[in-house]
Amino acid sequence: MATTPPINELLNRGYSPGFVTEIDADSLPPGLDESVIHAIVEKKREPEFMLQWRLAAYRHWRTMRVPTWSRVHYPPIDFESISYYSSPRARKDAPASLDEVDPEILRTYERLGVPLHERAALAGVAGAGVAVDAVFDSVSVATTFQKELAELGIIFCSFSEAVQKHPELVQRYMGTVVPYTDNFYAALNAAVFSDGSFCYIPKGVKCPMELSTYFRINAVGTGQFERTLIVAEEGASVSYLEGCTAPMRDEHQLHAAVVELIALDNAEIKYATVQNWYPGDAEGKGGIYNFVTKRGLCAGHHSKISWTQVETGSAITWKYPSVMLKGDDSVGEFHSVALTNNYQQADTGTKMVHIGKRTRSTILSKGISAGRGQNTYRGLVKVGRRAEGARNYSQCDSLLIGDRCGAHTLPYIEVMRPDAQVEHEATTSKISDEQLFYCRQRGIDAEAAVSLLVSGFCKEVFRKLPMEFAVEAQALMEVSLEGAIG
Amino acid sequence: MSESLLSIRQLAVQVEDTRILDGLDLEVRPGEVHAIMGPNGSGKSTLAHVLAGRPGYRVVGGEVRYEGKDLLALEAEQRAAAGIFLAFQYPVEISGVSNIQFLKTAMNSLRKMRGEPELDAMEFLDNVKRRLHQTQMDETLLYRGVNEGFSGGEKKSNEILQMLVLEPRLAILDESDSGLDIDALKRVAAGIESFRREDRSLILVTHYQRLLDYVTPDYVHVLQHGRIGRSGGPELAQELERAGYAPAAGAPAAGEPEDKENG
Repeated sequence: MATTPPINELLNRGYSPGFVTEIDADSLPPGLDESVIHAIVEKKREPEFMLQWRLAAYRHWRTMRVPTWSRVHYPPIDFESISYYSSPRARKDAPASLDEVDPEILRTYERLGVPLHERAALAGVAGAGVAVDAVFDSVSVATTFQKELAELGIIFCSFSEAVQKHPELVQRYMGTVVPYTDNFYAALNAAVFSDGSFCYIPKGVKCPMELSTYFRINAVGTGQFERTLIVAEEGASVSYLEGCTAPMRDEHQLHAAVVELIALDNAEIKYATVQNWYPGDAEGKGGIYNFVTKRGLCAGHHSKISWTQVETGSAITWKYPSVMLKGDDSVGEFHSVALTNNYQQADTGTKMVHIGKRTRSTILSKGISAGRGQNTYRGLVKVGRRAEGARNYSQCDSLLIGDRCGAHTLPYIEVMRPDAQVEHEATTSKISDEQLFYCRQRGIDAEAAVSLLVSGFCKEVFRKLPMEFAVEAQALMEVSLEGAIG
Repeated sequence: MSESLLSIRQLAVQVEDTRILDGLDLEVRPGEVHAIMGPNGSGKSTLAHVLAGRPGYRVVGGEVRYEGKDLLALEAEQRAAAGIFLAFQYPVEISGVSNIQFLKTAMNSLRKMRGEPELDAMEFLDNVKRRLHQTQMDETLLYRGVNEGFSGGEKKSNEILQMLVLEPRLAILDESDSGLDIDALKRVAAGIESFRREDRSLILVTHYQRLLDYVTPDYVHVLQHGRIGRSGGPELAQELERAGYAPAAGAPAAGEPEDKENG
């Protein structure tokens, strides 16, 4: 981040965002039933259409069964023991300026290096800035740059604020890419989602700055249900960054987010994530469960959506950022580095669904397994019956460090047309003793050598990240690989 | 009155159950160039790897002193920081990491271990380019992956380049001449000559005599049956070229087939 110190200043040899802010949280007791939904709607003062949507989602969720097809293993989640709402108590409902924000919260962000002050955000990168929609627990705290973006007609605010100020937009687009019927966790999210980001770029506007959001889970036993919606109208474009940290916990915390992206004709959305949820300790205790549904819809012709992710955290990562290539000549991209160390598990990948004509998709997945990590790439390339001239290129590379980890590649290719071009390449490699010794003989110790080799492996993906994130990603890899050799 | 830079006494080394070095003695003083010759499987590469600190070799007797200290007690990267460099016989490829990036990382690691400040990126690049010139390598090779797709000659030249950039005190060249045509050989020799200095030493492990036509050693040793059996001046190399390595009276060669020793 132009505005954020490199992550290795935040993280020492351990995981130092492992502190808990002592704050006066206003939380619901654990458990989920219709009264909880009503309570959420009441606390957030949402309009009627939200209540109805949430209730419909909740009722649908109750009919669904927990999915068990993934390659990740975890003890059954007791949904009744989770508290579904937590908000820091403020003097008023929404702070009109930073002065009204609980100073403890601001201090938390300072420790995490998240800038709320406009000046600080502008420093660093010449001529550009990063707007920050800061989320603390389940409620957005402050939004910077709203004024400047507003002049361009860009809306970038918390989801909660969007529901209040732009209900018609929310109602038009929410759930159109990931309906609540989509899957178990999407239904749960739709019912109880607390907050997230909303971004709307009007026709022809190219958002001049990287937009970003920080997340943090604080209160014990709080499931984090975030919902993000980004809409780029005809000819619009935006680059969005999502970076997360979470504190140390002894019990698992569920994170079931939903992200919907919609790109109309000639629009482009770039969505980048550097994910650093607490991965569990070296014995596999604690850690976040990151079960996320992310999907982009290239609704318009010549539209483009690209997902770039660096996933090094979470005890379990389960997500498939996908693109529905509906518009003719639309393009979908997925670039990913997923690292599993110690006892982490990942079942992640993407779905590229070719629907319109002359659509293209590119998948570049780099999986790194170390310790006893289990890393699964699961990808779907689907070319529909009417998807004339579809092209896909997929490259899935696995790197194994040590001999106790696992890498699994599960590509699904479903092609309904003879003129489709689908290419798939996969490599599996190990960091060899030869390479390690070569580095060591040149003065590079084993840990630094692994870092060097891994960064070489990830280079192609890191190149797709906005520069600020690339620096964070690099440092994050180094921290996450501790103890990976030997 | 020159103190030894490297002092090896009665070194005995095993790989699993096979004794490869068996009572090896060697003294190397600063500024000296020692050639170690010997038949295939005699343990030449084993010696090079043991000095560099490669895992997999068991020292079962003797000692090695470098700058007066116990070398065998140091990790490989610590030995590098102390100024030891090994030019590998079969340099490994590291794709995704460019040669220049690798060199920079190595240089800064060494400097950090020695308590020296990191190098300025521009100065470093200029330095590397000068060395590149000395080894007559193409600049584009700097930006390729380490040894990635390099020909045999390019790999050997790359080892010499790294030696020139990292400026070790003791450079051990493991068959830096093998597999090279005459032009490549001359380039490698030129690189080695430009490295020579009175405070630096070289151990040239070599199978053939011809490198020694271009790099005149101070001493030539013959490694046979796990130890240095004969030593002499540069003319010894010519004699070996003419007469070959004399077979031992009785016992067979101490080493294993070439592959195992070098692998």
